[in-house]
Amino acid sequence: MTTEANAEPIKIDYGKSAAASTFKRIGRFMAMRLVLQLITIVIGLYITIMIANMGGYVDTILRAEITEQVNMEVAAMTANKQVSTETRMQMAADMIRMREKTAGLDQPFMLRSVRHLWNALRLELGRARFMISDHGSRMVKNIILEKLPPTLLLMGASQVTLFFVTLFLALGLSRYYGSFWDKLVVTLSPTSSIPAWFYGIFLILIFAAWLKVLPFGGMASPNPPQDRWLYFLDVLKHLILPASSLFISGFFISVYARRTFFLIYSSEDYVDMAKAKGLTSRDIERKYILRPTLPTIITQFALLMVGIWTGATLTETVFRWPGLGTTIFRAVQIYDTAVIVGTTIIMAYLLAITVFFLDFVYAIVDPRVKVGGGSN
Amino acid sequence: MKALRNSFREISRYPSAVFGLLIILAIVGLAIFTVVTIPYDEAIRFWRGAEDTIYKNPRNAPPVWYNWFTKNDLPASFDVTSEDTEEFTKTVTPREGGNTYDFSYTFDYSYDTPPQEIFLYIRSNYADKNPFVAITLKTPSGEEIKVSDFGATSRSFNFRFNQDEGLLKRLSRLHGRTITNAMQGLFTVLKSDPPAVDKGTYTMDIKVTGFEPETDVNLELVMHGVVFGPFGTDHMRRDLTTAILWGAPIALAFGLLAAVGTSVLSMLIAAIGAWFGGWVDELIQRVTEVNMILPYFSILIMIGTFYSRSIWVILGATIALNIFTGVIKADRAIFLQVKESTYIEAARAYGAGDWRIIVRYLLPRIIPTIIPGLVSAVPAYVFLEASLALLGLGDPTIPTWGKVINDAYQNGALYKGMFYWILEPATLLMITGLGFAMLGFSLDRIFNPRLRGM
Repeated sequence: MTTEANAEPIKIDYGKSAAASTFKRIGRFMAMRLVLQLITIVIGLYITIMIANMGGYVDTILRAEITEQVNMEVAAMTANKQVSTETRMQMAADMIRMREKTAGLDQPFMLRSVRHLWNALRLELGRARFMISDHGSRMVKNIILEKLPPTLLLMGASQVTLFFVTLFLALGLSRYYGSFWDKLVVTLSPTSSIPAWFYGIFLILIFAAWLKVLPFGGMASPNPPQDRWLYFLDVLKHLILPASSLFISGFFISVYARRTFFLIYSSEDYVDMAKAKGLTSRDIERKYILRPTLPTIITQFALLMVGIWTGATLTETVFRWPGLGTTIFRAVQIYDTAVIVGTTIIMAYLLAITVFFLDFVYAIVDPRVKVGGGSN
Repeated sequence: MKALRNSFREISRYPSAVFGLLIILAIVGLAIFTVVTIPYDEAIRFWRGAEDTIYKNPRNAPPVWYNWFTKNDLPASFDVTSEDTEEFTKTVTPREGGNTYDFSYTFDYSYDTPPQEIFLYIRSNYADKNPFVAITLKTPSGEEIKVSDFGATSRSFNFRFNQDEGLLKRLSRLHGRTITNAMQGLFTVLKSDPPAVDKGTYTMDIKVTGFEPETDVNLELVMHGVVFGPFGTDHMRRDLTTAILWGAPIALAFGLLAAVGTSVLSMLIAAIGAWFGGWVDELIQRVTEVNMILPYFSILIMIGTFYSRSIWVILGATIALNIFTGVIKADRAIFLQVKESTYIEAARAYGAGDWRIIVRYLLPRIIPTIIPGLVSAVPAYVFLEASLALLGLGDPTIPTWGKVINDAYQNGALYKGMFYWILEPATLLMITGLGFAMLGFSLDRIFNPRLRGM
């Protein structure tokens, strides 16, 4: 029953103007989203700061920073002079009072919180009390930004693999609905309620403590190899367990959710129509099932990612992966308030960026935004 | 009633639902059993690890069933008192100026390793002159080893075998090599190389000489084995039984309260938004969007470090931060559909007020649809508590599974091979989480018509 008639979809040449208008539409959509997202970030950060400052912690961070700076300056100014301790202390106290006034610490609470918000938006997160970055800086910004690449590596490696592997597995499974593998995935889907760090503990137990084939944690060996290629392999070896635990934790639920979704969509009338026309199953899958479901799948993925950012904190802690999560853990252990507030702000930023990025992908794949004069 | 029976019949068709339900019932049963048998105050006292609650426990001892997995038979702990234990005999011989007490305890020792430590507690009610104690141990191979003799200089005197320098010196001489662990010296065959445990019957003879006629003496002999109890002990010698058992009611309370709290509040707010529409709805939508980018775990960490580690404060914050999530959007979509139903119109026609319509007509319609989500959300909150505990932000006073994992992790249980310490709470957490997740997933398939049969 493979007749050539009607199989060829009608091609309409939209021409240059159509492409331009599509581009414009996406551009307008993105600009709108960007503005909304920025407003959302500002409000989100403001709430975060309000929570942090309920006990005056942000004020304390600022005050400590000023005091330290002034004390150092006073020490430098009076280094070669005969100045009594009292005068020196008086000098410092005056300077601190002045600086605190400039920093707005004497202002009412509302004004102060707006100032803190402005600092947070510019990532002026103050100085850490105890922690020092690997390059010797005590700026919270540097401490945190330095730890971002390992986190992104771990998240990227696990989440990108997870997304594509589960997508294609789900497509395959929806074709063999009711088979053994399909039933297995349905049965195992509740296992995803267990967080990644939990799988991490079991993976460490099996592969590091018992079989002794993979390292317990960290990102590189204590004496990392000098050769670039060998170093890469070393990092890869350390990446396997944490990435796997993130992968396993999200695997079954993703396959299950997507497969169900594909099944729902493959019972639509237009899919039957396409089958009747005699299109190949590959074409049907790509154009009639995957295409309309993709926006929803991406939304689901966005929600999953948001959840994963949380989980990554603990997965990193369990594996001692030197990323943001481990930094938070260490900051909690030694009570470094500035770093704790700083990481929370950075986390808010990361979440917002994730949501925005997925919005962007959404705009590209959603036909309502791309082609139709959507109501969005 | 009939509807309830029908849904039960529906549930029984899904094996994973039945299985999940059984697990939940088992955990609930365990929780009730725990709350009834170990009162809360008792549990807190045990968990604080005061000396009187832990003196019988060895340190870092795996549970008794650990023996099933090892080639060596590891010694269990025991604790006998001369008042209560019949085999711990006490003979009083009066003499001029006081009594002589002969205590004797015979026990079988057929394990493959020596115990961790032996303690002897001497409780006497002397007035001025303290009694004098002499201990000897008869080994199965017929040796009679003098353990020590000393004056019991307080009314409750504690003698630790391993801390007696004289005993170590004597044992070194007997064995012909340096003995650093008294247990190693006492429980192995003399001069055996490699040291082999002397298996058989041991007799501990303790002779107490009192110097006042009215003095009474009682003894308690505590042997710290290498394995202990059904769940083992931790680094502070606390019996893990308390923590493992009490973890169940706390995990259930936290998970269920958080899940019910967030689901119900989300539903209510979604209903209000959908019904009133306009700026109320708009506001709820925007708040949800802001809330979705709030790093709620980091905020919980902040609250835990800065303000309070109380499990109830954390629970409140968790609920507050989880009301405005995707759930509100999903509920709202359903409410918008229900809002257009004719029966709502009928209610409006007879003059029902806004709140009456929301409470009486909107909410009941959606309750079946939120139940699967509610049940599936429980594991997330159960694990959330464990996650915070793992970061060291667990409630320090309350024994929870997360706290046990945190302790184990902090003390390098994985590196040192003390797997029981992590596996026990982890397995229970996992079973609890899986139980709720399995039931929730099946309920989703039952209540969600689009998923029916998939």
